[in-house]
Amino acid sequence: MKRLLRRRGRKLDDVMPETEPSEPGAGEHEASEHEAGEHGSGTGASTLLPAVKHADRFTFQDLVAEATADIGSRPARLVMTILGTVLGIASLVATLGFAQTAAAQIARQFDGIAATQVVVTAAKAQSGGENKTVAAGRLPWDSPERVKLLAGVDSAALLGEVELADGETITAVPVNDPSAPITASPRLFAATQDLPDVVDATLVTGRFFDDGHDSRSDRVAVLGARAAERMGINRVDSQPSVFIAGVAYSVIGIIDDIERRTELLDAVIIPQGSARADFGLAAPSELAIHIAVGAGPQVAEQSVLALQPDDPDSLEARAPAASSDLSQNVQADVNVVFLILGVIALLAGGLGIANVTLLSVMERTGEIGLRRAIGATRRQIGAQFMVESVVIGFIGGIIGSAVGVIAVIVVAAVQGWAPVADPLVAVAGAVLGAVVGWASGWYPARRAARIEPVAALRGG
Amino acid sequence: MTPDQPLVELRDVTRSFPGPPEVQALKAATMNVAAGDYISIVGPSGSGKSTMLNLLGLLDRPSVGEYRLAGSLTGDLSDDERAAVRARFIGFVFQSFHLLPRRTVLDNVLMPMLYSGVPRRERESRAREALGRVGLGHRIDFFPSSLSGGERQRVAVARAVVSGPKLLLADEPTGNLDQRTSGEVMELFEELNDDGLTLIVITHDDAVARRARRTIRIADGRLSEL
Repeated sequence: MKRLLRRRGRKLDDVMPETEPSEPGAGEHEASEHEAGEHGSGTGASTLLPAVKHADRFTFQDLVAEATADIGSRPARLVMTILGTVLGIASLVATLGFAQTAAAQIARQFDGIAATQVVVTAAKAQSGGENKTVAAGRLPWDSPERVKLLAGVDSAALLGEVELADGETITAVPVNDPSAPITASPRLFAATQDLPDVVDATLVTGRFFDDGHDSRSDRVAVLGARAAERMGINRVDSQPSVFIAGVAYSVIGIIDDIERRTELLDAVIIPQGSARADFGLAAPSELAIHIAVGAGPQVAEQSVLALQPDDPDSLEARAPAASSDLSQNVQADVNVVFLILGVIALLAGGLGIANVTLLSVMERTGEIGLRRAIGATRRQIGAQFMVESVVIGFIGGIIGSAVGVIAVIVVAAVQGWAPVADPLVAVAGAVLGAVVGWASGWYPARRAARIEPVAALRGG
Repeated sequence: MTPDQPLVELRDVTRSFPGPPEVQALKAATMNVAAGDYISIVGPSGSGKSTMLNLLGLLDRPSVGEYRLAGSLTGDLSDDERAAVRARFIGFVFQSFHLLPRRTVLDNVLMPMLYSGVPRRERESRAREALGRVGLGHRIDFFPSSLSGGERQRVAVARAVVSGPKLLLADEPTGNLDQRTSGEVMELFEELNDDGLTLIVITHDDAVARRARRTIRIADGRLSEL
């Protein structure tokens, strides 16, 4: 029965805007007196409650203004209230920030090598039934000149391994001694002049060959440091030679510190032109490009077009991904202990807010009773304390996020690292603070809404 | 409202509090208050005065009987509707003032209009007008703690009448005031009553009660007109 009446009251409430005069403020008294004159007119809702313009009701802005008016009035208490939330959010944000910073630091060290290289090779195509693959396209001989024009390319060099015929060796000794034990020959590579730049090699001694050697097919060679050591060559001023399949090549330089292509340390490198002339090199096998950091995807896309405009699919470019898998893997390795500590601090912070809000509900029982007496509904009272708690939590979240980010910056500065903090983490920290406030305000707000004005006004 | 229609009409209103033992704070009370009337309700403590005020102010519901306000039954109003009726129809003045200590006098007087739907642009001027009327136009930016008891009660009166209620309920309004300030506050009430506001004052002070046009005594939950 009660519910039915309530529904009727609500329905009357709904139709009121049409039945009432258009100026609720001015017509208030006349309207209620006029309708009250119809004696015994059922529920009092329509006669006692003239419609009110929406703008003049208790709006959300009013709610926020009422809820926040008292927050700053007791600064010391506010500080104690939000301290737990601040610590919790700060430790969460800082933990995630430290993990990101460390991951970025590690990734940067790897990326310093990996992220600046693009390699273009001929695409492989399946051929025949057996799992045999053949190159589907070929790199032009002038590849380095073509890609050098692209933005983001620092230098480029062709590189190809030269296969010697069976039984042919590379040796520093021109004597064919049948009794000597068979030793593995170093590998033989053909390259163009910019190879040391592309692979970040350093010259230990001598020089690298240039385009002149290349075009004249000069018989000169540069040795990788380990190959040189094995062949007993450590200086070039004595004009040592190596015999590649019996052909004498003058050693003009020794290179080392090839972090990118460590196989070159064990190899003999000769100009591409010489390899074509002496050993019938058919095609370069890859084009190595040294790029500016971050230009990878773009250079990869443009280089194949520059090299084979008519058939870019016949070439394959491998570029470093925009964000490497490595850094993601490291990112996952967050310090779980600190996360748990942060969550615990946050729980304590939430309890702190709940406690203080409850205390404030108790203290302000008289105010709640008064507000109810002068016309606030239960929902408005509950919402007022709810919003107050959410705002307090949000303040704690913002301060906590700031403290966490500052901690990351300070630690990174001390370590000499570049601080990395995802802005999303900081924003999420502030929002999490508001959520904590919401969760901890729920019970006090319920208590406040349930306070009976009669009981509240009697005391005090 | 027809001229003979009472503003407040209690018919056989009983309010009992479930026990054990069950207490009947008000027993079959019947009372009419005409619009513009000035009534005092007296009685010893524990006699049901506060229960009476709570019922009249829609803060409580009668267990039995009906209460008509301006001719409308109030028994089947929902909680929210009762709150809205309180906001627009009834003003309260309490013994202990119940001013918000951390808000200025003006903010305290503005507060009821948040809930009563007074058009926003009128609110501040109405609050200043109400404060001027109770003689506190010069204290508008003060905090309640810096006011005397009489001044605080006058702020409370301004707060009670600022939304333009029909009925003013005062619960021991002079209980915390000395003789002279009591007189001042009662004079203020009487001025408001002269302007047409219906006034019900609950008191145990005979001097205050005698000023009213009608006096109703409650003893042991029963009403008797003096």
